[in-house]
Amino acid sequence: MRNVPDSLLRHDKRHAWIAFAALAIMLLALPFATDALLGRGWVRIVDFALLYIMLALGLNIVVGYAGLLDLGYIAFFAVGAYCYALLGSPQFGLHWPFWIVLPLGALLACVFGVLLGAPTLKLRGDYLAIVTLGFGEIIRIFLNNLNAPVNITNGPQGISMIDPVRIGGFSLGSTHELFGLTFPSVHLYYYLFLCVTLLVIFVSLRLEDSRIGRAWMAIREDEVAAEAMGINTRNIKLLAFAMGATFGGAAGGLFAGFQGFISPESFGLTESVMIVCMVVLGGMGNIRGVVLGGVLLVLLPEALRHGAGPAQHALFGKTLIDPESLRMLLFGLALIVVMLVRPAGLWPSTQRRRELSPDEDVVHQEQDTVYDSSK
Amino acid sequence: MTAANNVLLDLSGVGKRFGGLAALSDVSLHIRRGEIYGLIGPNGAGKTTLFNVVTGLYQMDDGQFTFDGIAYDRCKPHVLAQAGIARTFQNIRLFANMSALENVMVGRHLRTRAGIWGALTRNAGARAEERAIVKRARDLLHYVGIASPHQTLAKHLSYGEQRRLEIARALATDPKLLALDEPAAGMNATETESLKALLQTIRASGVTVLLIEHDVKLILGLCDRVAVLDYGRKIAEGVPEEVRRNPAVIAAYLGGEAA
Amino acid sequence: MDILLQQIVNGLVQGSVYALVALGYTMVYGILGLINFAHGEVVMVGAMVALTMTQLLAASGLPPLVILLIALMTSAGVCMALGYGIERIAYRPLRNAPRLAPLITAIGVSIVLQNLAMMFWGREYHAFPALLPHSTHMLAGAVINDVQIIIVLVALAVMACLLLLVHRTRLGRAMRAVAENPSAAALMGVNINGVISVTFMLGSALAAVAGIMVSANYGIVHYYMGAILGLKAFTAAVLGGIGNLRGAMLGGLLLGLIESLGAGYIGDLSGGFFGSNYQDVFAFFVLIIVLIFRPSGLMGERVAERA
Repeated sequence: MRNVPDSLLRHDKRHAWIAFAALAIMLLALPFATDALLGRGWVRIVDFALLYIMLALGLNIVVGYAGLLDLGYIAFFAVGAYCYALLGSPQFGLHWPFWIVLPLGALLACVFGVLLGAPTLKLRGDYLAIVTLGFGEIIRIFLNNLNAPVNITNGPQGISMIDPVRIGGFSLGSTHELFGLTFPSVHLYYYLFLCVTLLVIFVSLRLEDSRIGRAWMAIREDEVAAEAMGINTRNIKLLAFAMGATFGGAAGGLFAGFQGFISPESFGLTESVMIVCMVVLGGMGNIRGVVLGGVLLVLLPEALRHGAGPAQHALFGKTLIDPESLRMLLFGLALIVVMLVRPAGLWPSTQRRRELSPDEDVVHQEQDTVYDSSK
Repeated sequence: MTAANNVLLDLSGVGKRFGGLAALSDVSLHIRRGEIYGLIGPNGAGKTTLFNVVTGLYQMDDGQFTFDGIAYDRCKPHVLAQAGIARTFQNIRLFANMSALENVMVGRHLRTRAGIWGALTRNAGARAEERAIVKRARDLLHYVGIASPHQTLAKHLSYGEQRRLEIARALATDPKLLALDEPAAGMNATETESLKALLQTIRASGVTVLLIEHDVKLILGLCDRVAVLDYGRKIAEGVPEEVRRNPAVIAAYLGGEAA
Repeated sequence: MDILLQQIVNGLVQGSVYALVALGYTMVYGILGLINFAHGEVVMVGAMVALTMTQLLAASGLPPLVILLIALMTSAGVCMALGYGIERIAYRPLRNAPRLAPLITAIGVSIVLQNLAMMFWGREYHAFPALLPHSTHMLAGAVINDVQIIIVLVALAVMACLLLLVHRTRLGRAMRAVAENPSAAALMGVNINGVISVTFMLGSALAAVAGIMVSANYGIVHYYMGAILGLKAFTAAVLGGIGNLRGAMLGGLLLGLIESLGAGYIGDLSGGFFGSNYQDVFAFFVLIIVLIFRPSGLMGERVAERA
């Protein structure tokens, strides 16, 4: 059923180059095309899509490679964002430069990742899921309440007037004329986010095909066997956790600079679940799948927001289901259906595809529990 | 001293309890360098428990454990793997969604060093190491006789090849002691015969082998020395012929399962 | 110290509810080794269905207690059907899949239930009618009302029944057998799927009872009430030793006490820096600390990993 024709797998080098060039041009022209066709608001949405893709790629290291389900990943995003916001806004009157604040946020998120991971990573997978979920909630509750008696986070009101990203004297917060073209702020952020996303993809690809990456996957496949092969599973898992948290923190900093405003509301359980959805639906462990998942899950709800209301009006004369809950409903259903029908995600990794040959002399291991404890 | 140097693994007075149940009590044995040492016994005799103690999956409650002249107490499996004990599993535990080659490459993990920095920069050192890993893994796949393409996912290999892949993966850790938990289980006579040849080759290469097996014929034809466990105690030890005639052993087997 | 006593009373009442919900987690975990992530949402559905029933019957002129009983029956029935359905659709097909798979479908189920509930019952908070007497009593300096007394009594009764069921009946024996070793139980003629379905239905019925108790206690129902409650009840189950029925009860009561005492005294302890708005944090800290220092819980047994 999933056999891929040979012609698709046979990569012609020249074709690959042409495809690559076309993709590059498309990515470079995307903000202008979006602006012209759909309006400035959609460029902003594309920027958000890139941020979410960064997050999904970061989580992919934890969930997809190492097989650790982290349901509180958004907390690291929050740590990075608040670090940036507190050090670059009128809140404390600090305006530290971007190139210090962003790495600091990533580092701080990494420290949080290690602090949370060190004691909990010896736990079995489903416990870890719950603990991380609890951790995410703790962070959110603190952000919400650390406004009294000493005002640190400004509580539920959040922090506003955050400095835009400024590289040298070049602020991404305002419109610039370059090469005879006008680049509004959202376009500039697009290019920044694109660069960072490509960097994250590069890092992920390099890690995937390395000694560390193999150790992560071995742990994902069978932790006991991995340990028996001499892998210090705790340290290697901690490494995955810290890497994922670092990416999350960096994305958070970018988010704060881009938005100019953050509040605890942006860092709830729903957001964590949404990032997990991106990774799982797209294809755990496969970078292209994760990118696809990120794009779909940011753009579809927007399309729903713009399309579902009018469509319902046209059909029933009123709004029966508000688009927000329709979106969440579809997410939930998609999670269930994908796990049942395509457990490897919409875009499984190439290796799996290559392996989906009719070679069916698979040995079924005997089961001694209802749920296989070895996985 | 020479005698002590000749001993690779020395267990004395090892005990292990699960709740109130003594799975092992006062088991002492020593495995000499370069031998194939068999561990047999009726079902539930404590073979796998002892095996798990030796490989660090369980922590023993009493006794001493010396490997290659160093005492190990309450060590995690990866520390013992580092020390030179590699194992296979009774019910195969491969990395199912990784290729045969990658499975063996994982085995090289503890003998290689590249970290995050090496992975990201792919500097000369990291590249050379990676090439060496691949080469060694391919050699090992040939060595154990896996004919399927090396890119085949482990779960798609035939049963016999999965067993061999586990051995290749264990050998990739450069073990001094290779511990095999029922490697011939589920194999037919031909496969068992070629497994026997493989184990003899491995021993000839200088690796000591510890073998748990149900197939008494294989044990008798292969092992230099054999220990028999029954109800968590060692009831006999010696060369196979001697053990086979031991009345306590005969009683244990006739009283339990006819093997 | 009547404040202390009051906090203890509140903690025990809240803890009884946690314990009832925790039983649902622990039963499923005991048998399947699976965290039924959607259990909290089942509690919410139970409360919502009961709310609708009481609204429908409000004009019928039936005595309040009868209305409550009918509402309880209906919501228990709906929840049982729901529990059965969740297991059939989201868990059973994934029995031999990697562990993450059923966990992810469970998250999916809880998102779906939450949003369906939001569509049916709206985003707003609903007042839950006061069907039980609300007169208050003084108990050695602490105030307790009838509803709270009933909650504690009902919780105790339900727990006693459940223990009897598991340890004294044929069904209970089958459940314990499946928990111990499913393949062996199947060989002995136990209908594994049947036992698992019944376990889910029982747990869901308990969830319905718990849902009504929470609603009656606070007088408020909301589509989001299940998420946090579920998380805390899970914490309670882990605290007591997941898979262990008595542990779930103990864990529930303890967690209720910790929360209530913690929220009551954190202000004094931290010199006013933290206030009772940090109440929800306690459960998570307890969870993390228990998992770090005693992952098998207070009454759990240490289980060695199979080789």
